[in-house]
Amino acid sequence: MLKNRHVTGWLQAAPLSLVLIGFLILPIVAIVIVSFWRATEFSIIPAFTLENYQFLFGSPVTYKVFLATFKYAAITWALTLLIGFTAAYYLAFHIRSQTVQIALFLLCTIPFWTSNIIRMISWIPFLGRNGIANSTLIDMGVIDEPLEWLLYSDFSVILAFVHLYTLFMVVPIFNTMMRIDRSLIEAAYDNGASGFQTLVHVIVPLTKPGIMIGTIFVLTLAMGDFITVRFMSGSQKANVGRLISNDIALLQYPSAAATAVVLLCTVLIVIGILLRFVDIRKEL
Amino acid sequence: MEQRSRAFYLLTAFFALFILFLYGPTITIGILSFQGPQGGLTFPMNGVSLHWFRDLFEEQAVGDIWGAFRRSLALGLMVMVTTVVISVMGGLAFRKRFAGSGLLFYLIIASLVIPSILISLGVGLIFNQLGFKIHWATSGFGSQLTWTLPFGLLIMFAVFNRFDKSYEEAARDQGATAWQTIAYVVLPIIAPSLIGVALFGFTLSYDEFARTLLTAGSYNTLPLEIFGMTTNVTTPVIYALGTLTTLFSFLIIAVFMGTVVILGRRRARLGSDAGKGV
Repeated sequence: MLKNRHVTGWLQAAPLSLVLIGFLILPIVAIVIVSFWRATEFSIIPAFTLENYQFLFGSPVTYKVFLATFKYAAITWALTLLIGFTAAYYLAFHIRSQTVQIALFLLCTIPFWTSNIIRMISWIPFLGRNGIANSTLIDMGVIDEPLEWLLYSDFSVILAFVHLYTLFMVVPIFNTMMRIDRSLIEAAYDNGASGFQTLVHVIVPLTKPGIMIGTIFVLTLAMGDFITVRFMSGSQKANVGRLISNDIALLQYPSAAATAVVLLCTVLIVIGILLRFVDIRKEL
Repeated sequence: MEQRSRAFYLLTAFFALFILFLYGPTITIGILSFQGPQGGLTFPMNGVSLHWFRDLFEEQAVGDIWGAFRRSLALGLMVMVTTVVISVMGGLAFRKRFAGSGLLFYLIIASLVIPSILISLGVGLIFNQLGFKIHWATSGFGSQLTWTLPFGLLIMFAVFNRFDKSYEEAARDQGATAWQTIAYVVLPIIAPSLIGVALFGFTLSYDEFARTLLTAGSYNTLPLEIFGMTTNVTTPVIYALGTLTTLFSFLIIAVFMGTVVILGRRRARLGSDAGKGV
């Protein structure tokens, strides 16, 4: 019976394992191998050389770009956490009708199922030189000249990140909040805690698993991104993902692979640290 | 009913702004896609017309968007069906706590958090080195599964964690085989969640960009086509396209959610009244 359970389990998990082996593990193995290869202008040559890594770690651009990547990820994380937590808190504790709650929750999640590219494009008429933001500010007399930093800047990159990824905070945090035993909150009130004290000392600690899961999502998405930075900065800013995609465009696969390996290690270290604070299997 | 606090009104205002932030830009390009023929990419509106929508249906300047749409639709359906089947099987497998399930679980998480460009690059490299042809229905299909499957499986884990095993025991006690138990008891109970998995499978595939970038081959999917347009199209035709595909996404979401609601009603109507004290 025991053996039987394992065999059936593996049979049922076989298609899943095959997809993950073929399209996750093997690609990573391929990237690691190619990162030691040599490239000419036209082709890549099997070899064992460390020059891709030597070049990567020897170039000041690498450090600048990694720093920029961390900066984008950190600011995006802070903003999505703040906005996502507040929205989830409102939904979970201030909406009393379950129907309204579900409807508003869906309203938050629907954009996730639409195209990211389109959602980025839709900021152009808002942020552009003659866009809504600038013309409104000029009409109000706040500024005389259009602001140049609204579009194609760090500002627009982070705005797009927050726009695309806040949802990844709202959903897990809301999910955890809904499981908080409401009698704990009543107990806090009965003992004389103010609303704010209840929030800080009861709700936030109990919401930590959700915050951690949201954090994992947002950090990995922001660190691994290349298209948002490219599009929203008008190719003027760089992060690690763009470094990789630029190398790919120049057919410098070994160099791209080496950068990818370093990026992967960085992301895995971050995830490894975060997973110490949350048991994902328990939170499902 | 107790008095609403000041915090409630502040939070309501915050939430309303958040929703405006989420939908405002999309609504803006929705309006701008009705620009007059002389209109530009920003306000003011230079007349109101269907000019840019008409442009989309005329096969010229804007490339092969209808071909791209058909490919994205086909790929989305393929990914959807595969995601549902594999997720259900995976979900059933994980209930058995088989040896190695812990490792497989971390692989699923890895698949979710790995930067998409690595999948794109790695799959592209493998197909090139092995001499396989890169095509949206092979390399693109597999790459997208690494993004949709984790979502499908996480939903299945959540479903099976809350699944009441006594239903299965009852079926077995009445002489159902393992297969009959799954087909007539387990699957009907989890059906609404499967629609959720299907929704994730289709929409995530339909909108996927980064993992398809190097794995779609010579025929673009719709998001790739749209991205290509952003570099060389400077008319509101791109808004018209954005509006149409967003409306299409909304339609898909509505169909899936409508199905869940109908299933729920049907279940309420035809379900047993056991335990309700009728």
